[in-house]
Amino acid sequence: MGLLSGGAAEAGQGQAIPAGLLGPPRSRRLQPQGSAPRSWIPTMVLKVFFPSCCSSADSGLLIGRWIPEQNSAVILAVVHFPFIPFQVKQYLSEVQKVSQVDIVVLGTWCNNKQEKEENLGKFLDDLGTIFSHEPWLQISKEKGSKFWSCHTLSRQADTPTEDQVILVYYDQRKVMLSRLHPPEISLDNQPGVITAPDASKLAAVFDTVAKSEVLFMTDRYDDGPIKLTHWQSEGVEASIIVELAKQASVPVCMLLTGLLSLVSGLCKSRIFKFWPVSFIWSKLSTCEQVRYRLEHLRFVFSNQKAENQNQLMRKANIFVSLLVDVALGILLLSWLYRKNRIGQLADALIPVADHVARELQDLLQWLMGVPAGLKMNRALDQVLGRFFLYHIHLWISYIHLLSPFIEMILWYVGLSACLGLTVVLSILSDIFALLTFHIYCFYVYGARLYCLKIYGLSSLWRLFRGKKWNVLRQRVDSCSYDLDQLFIGTLLFTILLFLLPTTALYYLVFTLLRLLVVIVQGLIHLLVDLIDSLPLYSIGLRFCRSYRLAAGVKFRVLEQEEGRPLRLLMQINPLSYGSVVQTYRLPTYSCYPKDTWGSLYGRVEAGKAGNDHGNLYNQS
Amino acid sequence: MEVERIFSDIYGGRLALQRRQYSPFCREFCLGCPRLSLRSLTAATCTVWLVAYGLFTLCQNSMVLSAAIFITLLGLLGYLHFVKIDQETLLIIGSLGIQMTSSYASGKESTTFIEMGKVKDVVINEAIYMQKVIYYLCILLKDPVEPQGVSQVVPVFQSAKPRLDCLIEVYRSCQEILALQKVTSGSP
Repeated sequence: MGLLSGGAAEAGQGQAIPAGLLGPPRSRRLQPQGSAPRSWIPTMVLKVFFPSCCSSADSGLLIGRWIPEQNSAVILAVVHFPFIPFQVKQYLSEVQKVSQVDIVVLGTWCNNKQEKEENLGKFLDDLGTIFSHEPWLQISKEKGSKFWSCHTLSRQADTPTEDQVILVYYDQRKVMLSRLHPPEISLDNQPGVITAPDASKLAAVFDTVAKSEVLFMTDRYDDGPIKLTHWQSEGVEASIIVELAKQASVPVCMLLTGLLSLVSGLCKSRIFKFWPVSFIWSKLSTCEQVRYRLEHLRFVFSNQKAENQNQLMRKANIFVSLLVDVALGILLLSWLYRKNRIGQLADALIPVADHVARELQDLLQWLMGVPAGLKMNRALDQVLGRFFLYHIHLWISYIHLLSPFIEMILWYVGLSACLGLTVVLSILSDIFALLTFHIYCFYVYGARLYCLKIYGLSSLWRLFRGKKWNVLRQRVDSCSYDLDQLFIGTLLFTILLFLLPTTALYYLVFTLLRLLVVIVQGLIHLLVDLIDSLPLYSIGLRFCRSYRLAAGVKFRVLEQEEGRPLRLLMQINPLSYGSVVQTYRLPTYSCYPKDTWGSLYGRVEAGKAGNDHGNLYNQS
Repeated sequence: MEVERIFSDIYGGRLALQRRQYSPFCREFCLGCPRLSLRSLTAATCTVWLVAYGLFTLCQNSMVLSAAIFITLLGLLGYLHFVKIDQETLLIIGSLGIQMTSSYASGKESTTFIEMGKVKDVVINEAIYMQKVIYYLCILLKDPVEPQGVSQVVPVFQSAKPRLDCLIEVYRSCQEILALQKVTSGSP
């Protein structure tokens, strides 16, 4: 947005702004409420993250994690009366060992459902001496009032300072299940310890809640010495389908891994190493696609568990993508094999091939005459035209030879649709390539001829000027030629020069045709890539359970009251769909043209574009 | 405590700035943008319909008219949902962070929250916008690699584009809270 002036930061302080723009001094209005303007001493702000599920819990102890660098307390659960302090301490140390989050008793929670009880207040104060923690929190809630009071007691300080408290409510279930993007790289193997000083504060909160999963495993129906309130205390959540799937997945995975290793062993067997078969195999995009899908299947059904969240998402994405692919393929299959559509397709194929051949013949006749008003060299024109016409004639004969078998071939090839829609599309692209093989041949002939001509022309042009290409030094040197060399050279140069328009025109026409074919194939491959790489599971997760993929948080200020701590509601800000697709995209095998358009054009000019093209999208 | 004042944006349109103070270190600024004017809506619809009717007289296909209806409806819905911003809010909470919310005319809200640890400063900058030089308020973010550097500049009130007097008011409030934050984070 325009210029960024480095000095604007200083200018913004008020120097360059004319006095007329500054309104009446507002400094008095912006002073904090309820205190003398100049004598208010700001103190440290304490942030308390309180789970909203514990708002209606009975009185008890608050347990959670204290983050001293950020002066914030993350409350995870409430321990109810009656309890034995020793048992509480034992339980907490056990939980600490398992989850590696240092959970301690942070303070007391007082929910006065009846009238104010003085004894309870004294009792809660005494608890502070048993479980010593700096600072000791005391949160209390009166009946009928939605504003809480939160006090902090600091025993170490000489004068008790009253901290400003911010009370942040969070939904424990959502925060536990969600995952922050981008994931913090600075949180290394030492969980519970923030290494970098500028690590995100909120990532620490999310991390704490996520790692304390073991704390949330006990609900109120368990017969333990400790009674907790947290998001699962009403009953641990579980899903029968998920549990059954987990049980069933182990034998299924083993079976499928065995089958897949068999199939891949077959693919790698010796018969595919021989020259014609391996050459054809490398050119067909279907084989690439099948190999790619096989890799995916092996990854999904491998016996190892997913190590981290990334791998789990990848596995899920691949699995859903495979399912959708196969489902679409079977849909296509059912549509194709109904009402004898295969037969109709096979019947339509031959006339289409004939039509294309006839169009090509018309084109060649046009080129042999006076194309676009240009005058061609009649002899060369006739030779090239007849050569290509004969080619087309051969091609049509082959197609007609194959015509009785086409329906059967199509029928069996169509069965492969059960492997997935992507395989069908790859087969379609390959069939298209095979049907337009003669265009490819014409392009190769035209390109070779043109390339030779250009090469000859440039060499003879150098001779015309008395220069020579020095192969040793890779540069142009002057050279003295004999008279007869010069004579023959100039003659050949003129011949080639005057034959150039004819060859160039043929080259241009066939290059354009080839470009058309490549574009169509490219579009099909683009579609295949789209189906391959789209992370459908992540998109579905973002749509249905948007709190699982979090870009950040958002705060909402709740009703305030004078003298009470600031109340905020922390909600999860979900990731946008674009970022979801970008983060979880599956890598594809196809490589797009590596050169820039400029260099490609240069190669087309010289006739060398066909050297390494093969199939532009099939570089194995 | 809520205060409302009227300002104007760079085009002269009317902007309402609502200032709320929830606590000494928590303030919210709500800038309401001018609403969708009936005049521009009518003009756009009439243009589309004239073009559609012209095409219809040319090709005598009633699909053109149905297509025009669809385009107008979808265009309007898309405009309200993705383009037209009704209100922009800046919520600054000392020692937590700064939050910017844009609410669109269709009710959609898009929020960005920047933690206080990442905020270096809030400044008023100048920019060349079309043929004008305008002032805009922006948040400077700290560079994790270089302590004195600025990694990103996040402009605030991008679609409302208020003038300098409104920006000064917001700027001074923000600076008070940031100063408070620096003092409290500096003290033990």
